[in-house]
Amino acid sequence: MSTIAHTQKKGFAGTVWEYLTTVDHKKIAILYLLAGGFFFIVGGIEAMMIRIQLAVPNNDFVSAGLFNEIITMHGTTMIFLAAMPLLFAFMNAVMPLQIGARDVAFPFINALGFWLFFFGGLFLNLSWFLGGAPDAGWTSYASLSLASEGHGIDFYALGLQISGFGTLMGGINFLVTIINMRAPGMTYMRMPLFTWTTFVASALILFAFPPLTVGLFMLIFDRMFGSGFFDVSMGGNTIIWEHFFWIFGHPEVYILVLPAFGIFSEIFPTFARKRLFGYSSMVFATVLIGFLGFMVWAHHMFTTGLGPIANAIFAVATMAIAVPTGIKIFNWILTIWGGSIEFTVPMLYAVAFIPSFVMGGVTGVMQAAAPADYQFHDSYFIVAHFHYVIVGGIVLGLLGGAHFYWPLMFGTMLSEKLGKITFVLFLVGFHLTFFIQHFLGLMGMPRRVWTFLEGQGLETGNLISSIGAAFMALGIIVLLVNVVITQKNNVQVGRDPWKDGRTLEWALPSPTPYYNFKQLPLVRGLDAFWIEKLEGKTEMTPAEPIGDIHMPNNSFMPFVISLGLFIAAFGAMYHADEGKGWAIPVLIIGMLITFGAMLYRSIKDDHGYHIHKEELLDDAGKGGTH
Amino acid sequence: MANLHPNSGDPKVTYEYRRKKHAEEMRMQVITFTMMIFFTVIAFAAVGAGFSKWFIVPFVLLLAVVQVIFQLYYFMHMSHKGHEAPQLFMYSGVIVAFVTILAFVTIIWW
Repeated sequence: MSTIAHTQKKGFAGTVWEYLTTVDHKKIAILYLLAGGFFFIVGGIEAMMIRIQLAVPNNDFVSAGLFNEIITMHGTTMIFLAAMPLLFAFMNAVMPLQIGARDVAFPFINALGFWLFFFGGLFLNLSWFLGGAPDAGWTSYASLSLASEGHGIDFYALGLQISGFGTLMGGINFLVTIINMRAPGMTYMRMPLFTWTTFVASALILFAFPPLTVGLFMLIFDRMFGSGFFDVSMGGNTIIWEHFFWIFGHPEVYILVLPAFGIFSEIFPTFARKRLFGYSSMVFATVLIGFLGFMVWAHHMFTTGLGPIANAIFAVATMAIAVPTGIKIFNWILTIWGGSIEFTVPMLYAVAFIPSFVMGGVTGVMQAAAPADYQFHDSYFIVAHFHYVIVGGIVLGLLGGAHFYWPLMFGTMLSEKLGKITFVLFLVGFHLTFFIQHFLGLMGMPRRVWTFLEGQGLETGNLISSIGAAFMALGIIVLLVNVVITQKNNVQVGRDPWKDGRTLEWALPSPTPYYNFKQLPLVRGLDAFWIEKLEGKTEMTPAEPIGDIHMPNNSFMPFVISLGLFIAAFGAMYHADEGKGWAIPVLIIGMLITFGAMLYRSIKDDHGYHIHKEELLDDAGKGGTH
Repeated sequence: MANLHPNSGDPKVTYEYRRKKHAEEMRMQVITFTMMIFFTVIAFAAVGAGFSKWFIVPFVLLLAVVQVIFQLYYFMHMSHKGHEAPQLFMYSGVIVAFVTILAFVTIIWW
């Protein structure tokens, strides 16, 4: 393959094949964005159904059983299949460029990670059409999930297992990339904050996903293969699941929110035109949050009867997390302070994020006080709290990041006007939906409740909440319209579209060449591109002469390996049913496909190819570096 | 202890110097290997002598931990330069695993 093959216009089928086999981090980022965006819409539709059901008392828009399925799938979809892949999209699109790398360390595994996530998510969502979705809540507590009839929980356990493998691979890949593939001069303390947060979040993935894997395997064995880890009547203990789940689950929220912090830490300096205030304390706070994130999981379980000593320890540890988070908040404010501020759409999201997230943080500290938590537990106060941190932190980060990095990923600029409409609709809707839920919770409305009665003072609050949800949905619809219009007009904006890009990714021509950097750049400090700009240069100083670039070949194997596990999961799920003799063969065939593809990959030598120096020189006029 | 690897491209590290270092390294490996065998013998002896299980289990675990450290530092070269990142991640993993096990044996009631 040569440059010519890449510059040729492809037909539709050719493009699809290119994306099915790609190992390029920029294209995998787009796949993550598409798949994550799709699941975000699915999760959003589920959220709308919840709010329609709860808009008026005694509603019967959905049945109680279906409502349980909807809330379970809303939570599971939004966390595992929307927020994580969307963040992975930005990590893939931005992080290798920010550290001056030509790709991630293991491009093949990067593709494998995506396809595993995708097939896991697909498997989970097929439950809607194959006898009912999981209905034990996104936490799937064992006493409830073991008693759940049908195959819903099996879909949950197997689907998350498959997509969890993908996430784990992605996390390890990012870690190796950041440790080994930084450009000359890019020391750890010169890495942009988004790279740092990707690094810490990936380390959290590395340590947090194995407990989930173990817990899910135990659940799979309990439900499908007759073991009794969580079954009290067989000598098991249902609490073990809760511990495993939250040892994973609490770091998981930091896995999600840290990259969002990273995105904001890029947006603030860019549009305040000031260097990030307190860079080293930001790095310190990020690492400390990652560390403390593992010491607090039991605050989700204060009411399970851990005893006063354990509760006290976990309460204090939880409150301690407010300190590094506070450091970050003040640093962001001081970054804006005295800056030459430009209120673009990403900056609006970033500015709105600060108060929204602080509100979620404050209610978090309230719940960290164990005695008070006995009152808040399982009420709408909790629902309000975690939506404030997740929507106010992560979703605002994703929306801001989407506008900010859109030119980097697609070469076009989303409409600022429509972006501002989305922003206003979404922010107003968000606060309208969730602020009132604090008070609904304090008035005694339990979480996960299907409906409520008249005359208990809950009607107005729930109606307001549902109206707010409609605003958020409108905002997202405007965003989708914005995306369609922007891509249809396809106005290419070129290099450094925000004019004030500070980090390496903005130094590249647009669209980014498939080999990223013709010559690896020399990094001379924090905000490497900004430093060059201050000296009147328009591009980075190269750190090496132009030479051959080694590139990986595309491969269809990641898709096949993931497809095999997807097929095997059906066999594992149905093998215990009466009259389903086909299940075991399906399980075996699926595993054979997976292991066969892995064997093929191992035996067949694939050394990739080289882009030769001459082609790079030829490429100069066609979007090369010079 | 830098550049002990024979393929080190550093010209300053002379052949003689590397030879000396290798000899030192070899001696340490032989010593630790002997000690590891000795520990294994002690572990079997402790079980064979029929001590109380409250002594044997922690004692054998302790010997196992020491052997893992020997393995990592003397046979897998973790004491050499350039292993900071693996060390950081291994110790982080050990801490997380330790906290998990501690929690499981202390605050989960049966």
